[in-house]
Amino acid sequence: MDMATLTSIVAAVIVASTPLLFAALGELVTERAGVLNLGVEGMMVMGAVVGFSVTYESDSHLLGVLASAAAGAMMALIFGVLTQLLLANQVATGLALTMFGLGASALWGQSYTGLSGKLMGNVDIPLLSEIPVIGPLLFRHDPMVYLCFVLLVAVWWFLTRTRKGMILRAVGENHGAAHALGYRVVMVRLAAIMFGGACAGLGGAYLSIVQTPLWADGMTAGRGWIALAIVVFAAWRPWRAMAGAYLFGGVTVLQLHAQAMGIEIESQYMSMLPYLVTIVVLVAISHDPTRARMSAPGSLGKTFFSTS
Amino acid sequence: MIKLVPRTRSSRSLVVLTPVVAIALTVLASAILFAMLGKDPGPAVLATFYRPLTDHYALTEILVKATPLILIACGLSLGFRANVWNIGAEGQFTMGALCGGAVALAFYDVQGYWLLPLMCLAGVAGGMAWAAVPAFLKTRFQTNEILTSLMLTYVAILLLSVLVHGPLKDPEGLNFPESRLFHDSAILPLLFDETRVHIGFLIALVVVVVTHIVLWRHIFGYQIKVQGEADRVARFAGFVQNRIVWRCLLISGGLAGLAGVFEAAGPVGQLVPALPTGYGFTAIIVAFLGRLHPVGILFGGFVMALTYIGGETAQMEMQMPKAVTSVFQGLLLFFLLGIDFLVRYRVVLTTRRRSAEG
Repeated sequence: MDMATLTSIVAAVIVASTPLLFAALGELVTERAGVLNLGVEGMMVMGAVVGFSVTYESDSHLLGVLASAAAGAMMALIFGVLTQLLLANQVATGLALTMFGLGASALWGQSYTGLSGKLMGNVDIPLLSEIPVIGPLLFRHDPMVYLCFVLLVAVWWFLTRTRKGMILRAVGENHGAAHALGYRVVMVRLAAIMFGGACAGLGGAYLSIVQTPLWADGMTAGRGWIALAIVVFAAWRPWRAMAGAYLFGGVTVLQLHAQAMGIEIESQYMSMLPYLVTIVVLVAISHDPTRARMSAPGSLGKTFFSTS
Repeated sequence: MIKLVPRTRSSRSLVVLTPVVAIALTVLASAILFAMLGKDPGPAVLATFYRPLTDHYALTEILVKATPLILIACGLSLGFRANVWNIGAEGQFTMGALCGGAVALAFYDVQGYWLLPLMCLAGVAGGMAWAAVPAFLKTRFQTNEILTSLMLTYVAILLLSVLVHGPLKDPEGLNFPESRLFHDSAILPLLFDETRVHIGFLIALVVVVVTHIVLWRHIFGYQIKVQGEADRVARFAGFVQNRIVWRCLLISGGLAGLAGVFEAAGPVGQLVPALPTGYGFTAIIVAFLGRLHPVGILFGGFVMALTYIGGETAQMEMQMPKAVTSVFQGLLLFFLLGIDFLVRYRVVLTTRRRSAEG
């Protein structure tokens, strides 16, 4: 395999993985705070449509990206108000959010279907991109790829190295104890939920601004759900989430390249791969029940109700 | 200062009242939505939510759409009560349609009264088989059934697509990805002439009654309720948790599969890739709208069917996209979940005390 092929495959994997990683990082923080938001797909698809439309209207990628994060956060806020203030069931609310997002995005994007947007160009990082082999592989991507890596490090740093991150984890592990210590469980969770939404929005924007600069109804095609699976796969740890996202991104690229490599198989069978891999991976990680229980946040998905 | 106090018993009148309030709020929110989209909200709301109720054909269409919703939601409600979250009914529905449809095509042009029951059996088996995967993974490996059942939905839809493009394609068709039209013996009898209401609606009614009996007159219903409300109690009582998981998933999968056959052998009349239209997901809302109660589900099914018809009206008369239906549905579920806390908690206004305490 020559250098050009390798570079193009790596680039394709990164492009396929980045939206997953954005969404998975957001959901990871949300779940670390003890909240299970199944609405990732809905927040992503809203991010995608808002990101595309704002970029199209304003001709500015930056505005589009910011708007997509805001849209995701607003969607998450609906979820937050319902589950944290009105104490609604998180599973049902998350599903409602996905349904609402798929519908609302189609309404929003009605007049944008079929238009093509401005492609976000790659930014070569000075000096680093000149390094042989590594340079073209790692340092010649679009700005959102770099943003995603910054986010990854930031999330890891925040969760493991800062006081606020510890509080967030305490809230997720045992909300009763965290409340007794005087931490504001509901506020921490609302913040985590909105962060998760903003990240999902960014993931959606990556699809509609970078990957394929256009808007199509339901263009997230289940990626939000795969992001949820990645969080479980990652055992709620940021670096493993990256590994998970790249595994899934890699499978997606493999599926696209299989036919080019002359493998005679119906495209639908290849399209099943990411979903089947998700199931296999889920089984593999839940196989050891003690480990799975060790790593899941203790209060995940439970409603917090303070009597005092 | 506002304080929430949990109710020791949930208020019975509120249990019935809150879905009605949620529906009212959804209509209100839709009016705002129509106004924001530049339509006159008054006529738009009437056309979407009221006119279908006055039109004879639209009323029968509500029955057509409510049939799969009620069937699927009844099955799902059992699982939801026991904290078994089968989110993949859409996939089980697709597999039911695929298996039942394959039987119909295998006996193409063979007449006989046995064919429809055989198709239904195949459909139920297909739905059950698809739900058996999450059940097996959940009981054997503790794998989360939400994600596995959902992932299998995508696989099922792709499988339908690949088979309809290949082996099940109409040999005399113009290479379109669709099967032959089912012949007479493979089509469900209609209840009323000149409508699309088929015999499946009666079966949905029977399922409602049976679900009611199971929940309140059978030990399994009791086990489900204990499992959902206090799983430790269930364990001490000696209920085998894995058996409950298996049964809940098989029942909900089988009913979703049956709904799938009914759809293929009823309104659609053939296998097409676009057969799964989201009934499996909408049925989740129906189950919650009906408060996981069979009678509630019956009414919830009608209400959700109305949002489909209303959405179609909005699509045709006001040039709105098809997705407006899922906006209505999402809003309805939001409002329902949002005001549900009134059933479980009392809102108490307290005089302001030392604020540092909170």
